[in-house]
Amino acid sequence: MKGLLIISGLGVLAMLAEIFKFKKLLLPMVLLGIVAAYAFNFMEWTNEYSISYFSNMISFDKIGIAFSGIIIATAFFWFILANDYFEEDTNVVDHFALVLFALVGALMLTAFTNMTTLFLGIEIMSIPLYVLAASQKKDLRSNEAGFKYLIMGSFASGFLLFGIALVYGASGSFDLEKIREYIALNSSGMPMFFYVGVIMIMIAMCFKVSAAPFHFWAPDVYQGSPTLITALMSTVVKTAAFAAFLRLFMVGFAGVSEVWTGILAGIIALSLVVSNFSAAMQTNVKRMLAYSSISHAAFMLMVVLANIRSNISVDAILYYSLAYSIGSIAAFGVLYNVTRKNTESIEAFNGLGKRNPLLAFCMTVAMLSLAGIPVTSGFFAKYFVFTTMIGTHYKWLLILAVITSAIGAYYYLKVVIAMYYKKPIHEEAVVIERSNVLVITLTTVIVIVIGIVPGLVSEMFKF
Amino acid sequence: MLTALLIGFPLLGALIVFFVKGNAARNFALGLSVLEFVLSLVAFAMYKNNPACTQLSFNHTWVQSLGINFSVGLNGISLLLVLLTTFLVPLIILSSYKNEYENPSSFYGLILIMQMALVGVFAANDGFLFYVFWELALIPIYFICLLWGGEGRSRITFKFFVYTLAGSLFMLVGLIYVYNHTNVEGLKSWAVQDMYNAGKSLTADQQGVVFWLIFIAFAVKMPVFPFHTWQPDTYVNAPTQGTMLLSGIMLKMGTFGVMKWLLPIVPLGLERWGNTAICISVIGVVYASCIAIVQKDFKRLIAYSSIAHVGLISAGIFSTTQQGLQGAVMQMLAHGVNVVGLFLIADILLRHTGTREIDKLGGIRGMNGNFAVLFLIVLLGSVALPLTNGFVGEFLLINGLYQYSAIAAAFAGLSVILGAVYMLRSYQGIMLGERKDNHLTFGSLAATDKAVLIIICSVIIAFGVYPKPLNEMAEEGVKILLSNIK
Repeated sequence: MKGLLIISGLGVLAMLAEIFKFKKLLLPMVLLGIVAAYAFNFMEWTNEYSISYFSNMISFDKIGIAFSGIIIATAFFWFILANDYFEEDTNVVDHFALVLFALVGALMLTAFTNMTTLFLGIEIMSIPLYVLAASQKKDLRSNEAGFKYLIMGSFASGFLLFGIALVYGASGSFDLEKIREYIALNSSGMPMFFYVGVIMIMIAMCFKVSAAPFHFWAPDVYQGSPTLITALMSTVVKTAAFAAFLRLFMVGFAGVSEVWTGILAGIIALSLVVSNFSAAMQTNVKRMLAYSSISHAAFMLMVVLANIRSNISVDAILYYSLAYSIGSIAAFGVLYNVTRKNTESIEAFNGLGKRNPLLAFCMTVAMLSLAGIPVTSGFFAKYFVFTTMIGTHYKWLLILAVITSAIGAYYYLKVVIAMYYKKPIHEEAVVIERSNVLVITLTTVIVIVIGIVPGLVSEMFKF
Repeated sequence: MLTALLIGFPLLGALIVFFVKGNAARNFALGLSVLEFVLSLVAFAMYKNNPACTQLSFNHTWVQSLGINFSVGLNGISLLLVLLTTFLVPLIILSSYKNEYENPSSFYGLILIMQMALVGVFAANDGFLFYVFWELALIPIYFICLLWGGEGRSRITFKFFVYTLAGSLFMLVGLIYVYNHTNVEGLKSWAVQDMYNAGKSLTADQQGVVFWLIFIAFAVKMPVFPFHTWQPDTYVNAPTQGTMLLSGIMLKMGTFGVMKWLLPIVPLGLERWGNTAICISVIGVVYASCIAIVQKDFKRLIAYSSIAHVGLISAGIFSTTQQGLQGAVMQMLAHGVNVVGLFLIADILLRHTGTREIDKLGGIRGMNGNFAVLFLIVLLGSVALPLTNGFVGEFLLINGLYQYSAIAAAFAGLSVILGAVYMLRSYQGIMLGERKDNHLTFGSLAATDKAVLIIICSVIIAFGVYPKPLNEMAEEGVKILLSNIK
């Protein structure tokens, strides 16, 4: 909880920076603040019980704290990576504030216990992102991205509100625990509109995690937004949306699982097929990563699906989020630096193996991790998903996941092949800033280290 | 501890080689791989030929909560394959001395990493560890083929990678399924013996499914018909050293995997599907031999002959007879040595004459008699003439297969005849007769090539005349294996 408050405070501070003229100091202050938030967040880990705040509107238990930890750590790396993004722009402080507020929303989503906090969290997280997506004012695609994101996002929020209202109508409460009790007591005779509400909430959440067939906004928004904002969306936002998804369906609606598991299985199957086949067709790397993020969303949803009767899956989804976020930060870091003066098509990567061997190596590791090859963290992530899924009835989904993973290797390796095999368009070396080198190598090292010693993370999440 | 050292040493070597600039890298790599060979000889000397199954084992916890251990050890079969690996890698490195590769430090570093993974696959006693090494072996060979391969390599290496990865993932699912049924005092375990027990506790239907999940990975890697389509293109387009690694050692990962990680886990599945596996293996033997006969490119011809040989090995393994399995082990060793020799010869031909097309060559015997003799010895080893190393294995294989089914043995026996046909025909076309192209010249062999060929030829003859030490070791290993299957 203290972490959440600190980051809110930082957001307010960022808005004051313009007036009191300490713009230069802002980045170090934000970084320090994030470290502090992480530390406070971590200190709450030792709590044996969860403390709830604001008349039980929000409550940080261990799952919430662990997800917050992942989000804050990713944000830390992101801010270092993004230091010059803030310099280039005229409205520096606005951007700082917007990103920080999006973070606040994300943290709320990890720990909500009430439908109102869920809705608030989603809106606080999304609205800054609508603006940030369109933040390259003179770029047509960026404008399109912002507009599309806003329309589709509002649409999803509408679904969410409808769903919440229907669930409230049946159960008479916004509180997750109360809803859970209501389901337990009335397992035979709940009104039809309760189920409709649950499904509507699920659809809204699928919009947010961009699972097919609610994924149509994702490729355009990912491609149009500034690369760094795309990085933020595919790491922080995704993790937060999953934390929310997990909590909603693990705590709230686990009792009516027979209603939504079938639909969820269909959504997952569709996401796996659509994303991997579409990604294989892409020539724009950002667009490809957008489709790849849909496929990873499907993998994480599989854990939710398997979650009903197993206890390993919280570890699985946490490990998956961490592995995916860190790997994505490395990949987007390289992408950002490579495409800065270049096209975003895969040709930008041609000959990177010669033009900057370190960057090419890090990108290779990131791609192998996203493809799930040992000894990267992506492999263990996939392994955890496979182990949780094999105990369920959805073995056909597992086989589908295996086949689509092999297709996945195809498009991730396309980048690797371009880097080492294709002749570069420009011969000159790719020079990047020290801070970016630091982030990219550090995240690469983390990808390998938690890939070799997954116990570091997975044992931590034993409850 | 020694086994762990055998795995760790090449990795250390690779890290050194990565930082050595220029051609010094290959000298380093050669020296380090020779040291590794010496290490494996020490292991061979320390190994006691007695029925106590795993020796020189080393165990360290990796991920405790998941029951994953870094557990390695050697038995008769795996020690022989480790020896094969450590023996071939220095030869492969030595054979590259006449090829100038860009970025030699990466090239040789990757070869050493590959060696680490291969030794790891053969030594792993933990299902998870086995899978990790299995996948790890794919990465360096992928880069070797991609970065130093021939025309059209990006498409071909793709196919290779995706094909093998898909197979491996199915195997992972199969292994996890078995792992989920292990129960050691309430905990799950990846240890090989626990996996065997868990696999046997499954019903026949479940075992049948697991059989296919795991078998596909091995079938792709070997490759047996109809999972072989990646192989000829990849072999032809990979750099010679890559092809040697693929065919000489990596192919044995598949056959070894069947022995250790398939047969003892699903004996009932084997009962049901063993027939099918033998059937497709034997079809592969005949099919690949027939295609090999009409090949024009010598390297492609060897690639198809390799499919034929491995088909026979696979059929022998699935016969699950003492002779069949023992023959498979012997043939794995012999094939590894011979095929490296053959691919080197193909490379020498290309370097000296600029072509590997059998039709364009001819009359080379007249220009270089030494080369003709060395080529002939390797070739005879490959067609399994008595007193060469290929004979023992092939004889035992067909013998074992005959005990299983006379018809299968008859068809598999065709491979001996067809093998002689395509091999001798290619020798005739390349070495004998008239020169077809008057500009064709063939100078004397480079010292390194000569050295490699002489070593290979002496091994072919030595173990053809006196196969006893290897054979005894294989026999012990196979006995333990059979006791695990029954």
